Amino acid sequence: MKQPNTMSRQADAISPGTVEDSEHDAMYKQEHSDREGVTNTGESPVRPDEAGSQGATDSNKPERQQPSNGEPVTRNTKVDHDSISLSASDLNLWYGDHQALKSLSMKVYANTVTALIGPSGCGKSTFLRCLNRMNDLIPSARVEGNIEMDGRNVNSKDMDVVALRRRVGMVFQNPNPFPKSIFENVAYAPRMHDIVGGRAEQEELVEKALRDAGLWDEVKDKLHQPGTSLSGGQQQRLCIARAVALRPDVILMDEPTSALDPISTATIEDLMVRLREEFTIVVVTHNMQQAARVADYTSFFHLGEIIEYNDTTTLFEKPATRKAEDYITGRYG
Amino acid sequence: MAQSFDDITKQLGKRHRRTRRLKLTCMAAMVLSAVFLVVFLGDMVNRGWSAFQQGRMQIEVSYTEQSQQMPLTAVDEQYRQLVSRGFFRQIPQRMEADPELLGTTRTQWVIARSSVDQYLKGRENSLSEQQRQLIDRMVEQGNAKLAFNTTFFTTGDSRMAELAGILSAALGTLLTIIVTMAICFPIGVMTAVYLEEFAPDNRFTRLIEVNINNLAAVPSILFGLLGLAIFISFFGVPRSSPLVGGLTLSLMTLPMIIISTRAALRSVPDSIRHAAFGVGCTRWQVVSDHVLPVSIPGILTGSIIGLAQAMGETAPLIIVGMVAFMPDPSFSLTQAATVLPAQVYSWASLPNQAFQEKTAGGILVLLAVLITLNAAAVLLRNRFERRW
Ligand SMILES: Nc1ncnc2c1ncn2[C@@H]1O[C@H](COP(=O)(O)OP(=O)(O)OP(=O)(O)O)[C@@H](O)[C@H]1O
Ligand SMILES: [Mg+2]
Repeated sequence: MKQPNTMSRQADAISPGTVEDSEHDAMYKQEHSDREGVTNTGESPVRPDEAGSQGATDSNKPERQQPSNGEPVTRNTKVDHDSISLSASDLNLWYGDHQALKSLSMKVYANTVTALIGPSGCGKSTFLRCLNRMNDLIPSARVEGNIEMDGRNVNSKDMDVVALRRRVGMVFQNPNPFPKSIFENVAYAPRMHDIVGGRAEQEELVEKALRDAGLWDEVKDKLHQPGTSLSGGQQQRLCIARAVALRPDVILMDEPTSALDPISTATIEDLMVRLREEFTIVVVTHNMQQAARVADYTSFFHLGEIIEYNDTTTLFEKPATRKAEDYITGRYG
Repeated sequence: MAQSFDDITKQLGKRHRRTRRLKLTCMAAMVLSAVFLVVFLGDMVNRGWSAFQQGRMQIEVSYTEQSQQMPLTAVDEQYRQLVSRGFFRQIPQRMEADPELLGTTRTQWVIARSSVDQYLKGRENSLSEQQRQLIDRMVEQGNAKLAFNTTFFTTGDSRMAELAGILSAALGTLLTIIVTMAICFPIGVMTAVYLEEFAPDNRFTRLIEVNINNLAAVPSILFGLLGLAIFISFFGVPRSSPLVGGLTLSLMTLPMIIISTRAALRSVPDSIRHAAFGVGCTRWQVVSDHVLPVSIPGILTGSIIGLAQAMGETAPLIIVGMVAFMPDPSFSLTQAATVLPAQVYSWASLPNQAFQEKTAGGILVLLAVLITLNAAAVLLRNRFERRW
């Protein structure tokens, strides 16, 4: 179901940082309520003066808000909005007959951490896989729409997926180290892409990547043991090190900490925040606190649609939509 | 209503009894197959063991000018019917090669004729009563005995049982298998890699797959006929040669290697491929750097088993003429040759009792090689089996 493109007109008018968050929010709500009649019958329109009172009843909130130009409802004032790293517009994806992504639009800002949250099966991993075209490997998957990166359309035929994946790294939902040594797991890809040359250079890079992933102290004495001999959580961090070692532009992480203990989780979260300086990070997580801690922006998915894409603080403190609020507060299964 | 343990146990009795019954049935089946195996092996060993032993006699041989002309005269008359004719045939050559022999008389161990050999082994034979007594005497004096049969391993086929060996056939088998593997392994593995890792899943590739699978089930003799029609009649490859044999066997082994390689490739979890694609590997790098290294033990295991099967194959090779009588071992791809199973087959069709023993001996050698190959396959699999 497509929404009339009412948002872009307004959001385009707002230049980053010029409008106060709450004001922006209120303006959005007004705009949104104008088209309530199309999407949600029976819901009373929200008047602009009511928008400020976020703690109000659920019925005050719009059912769904799809930023059709892909921009977040509210800008995060703490990060730079100079550049957009990835911009998906009107993205549809089918697995056979089942439509898993429905007309998604979302802009991911460079050097931010963007979290994707939402109930299981809502298409977070699917969307993540679109960003580095891993869905190409699923024969039944069919994608429509654009994802723009660096002036090129990721989905176009002439995009070399090898080059794309060189620039958009991925950490998978289940740890999948290569059946090679720990050292090789990290050094393989940079060597393959001719980023490092000699042995000493490789060793340096491996150490740096493993330190970044908070794994160095645990494995420094057994770099030549198989990566698969590590525990699940260690394997996941090894996979993170593997992705980081390649120094991509974007790192996609699919629930990177779901198998980790609190300490390793904290390490990875620190890493994400630190790496933000250098990379753009898109992370799927089921952990609300984690999203709140690390993400600059958070996008709430539901049944293949983005219900709300917002500045993380705003999303968690004053969500603009009822579904997002229900989900965040645990009322949604 | 809650049930007590006793209630549940009562009901369970029937299920447990059924389990026990099934277990016993399965065990009986296993014992039966084990018995078959033991009986078969035992019978083969029992019959073939003596092929590795050979009757030898120590007699005086006089190397005179006369014996160079008429070799039979080199030994005492009473032994003439007992010593292998092959020995007499060699006398002139040996004297030519070693002129110093002329005029000497040597006491030496010579190969006995197969009738003597059979008598020493307590089997039916064509010796007269007199000859038997003579041999009995020689045995008492230590001048006749059974010794390890080196001839069996160092000579080719012969009309004389005591001189027949498996070397020609073994060389023929070796060459044939080399040809087969040189063709099948690269083609088979590459085909499997293409089908498993590159080919789109469409009608055409599925058709090819089905055909390959069916090919593996075609009776091997048909491959022989195909080989005869294509390689010999059409391409003019020399008949009976290891080349044509190897080509024919490769028709048969190729589908097996493709199937086992595909199974090995398919057993590599997709997560490894995803990981490799995720760091920007090309499709070929995914295969060569990640998928092949972990599937190589499986590929080798399948290939070794395919090789072992090809080695034991007889019918298609007989059709392309690889049952040549080969007294002199040769190591040529294009000359006529025979293979171990064909050698066994041709010995088996000879009436002479001594050749029956050779038949069983040949089978034992073949079995030993095959068991070694299969053991190597199992070892490889266990050795390199990895967890991921
Ligand atoms: N390979 C596939 N083939 C067919 N359908 C798929 C495939 N992968 C995912 N789907 C379907 O697409 C939808 C979205 O799946 P996806 O894996 O993206 O969910 P998710 O949001 O990542 O869930 P989770 O939080 O459980 O990981 C689901 O309905 C799922 O059944
Ligand atoms: Mg997922």
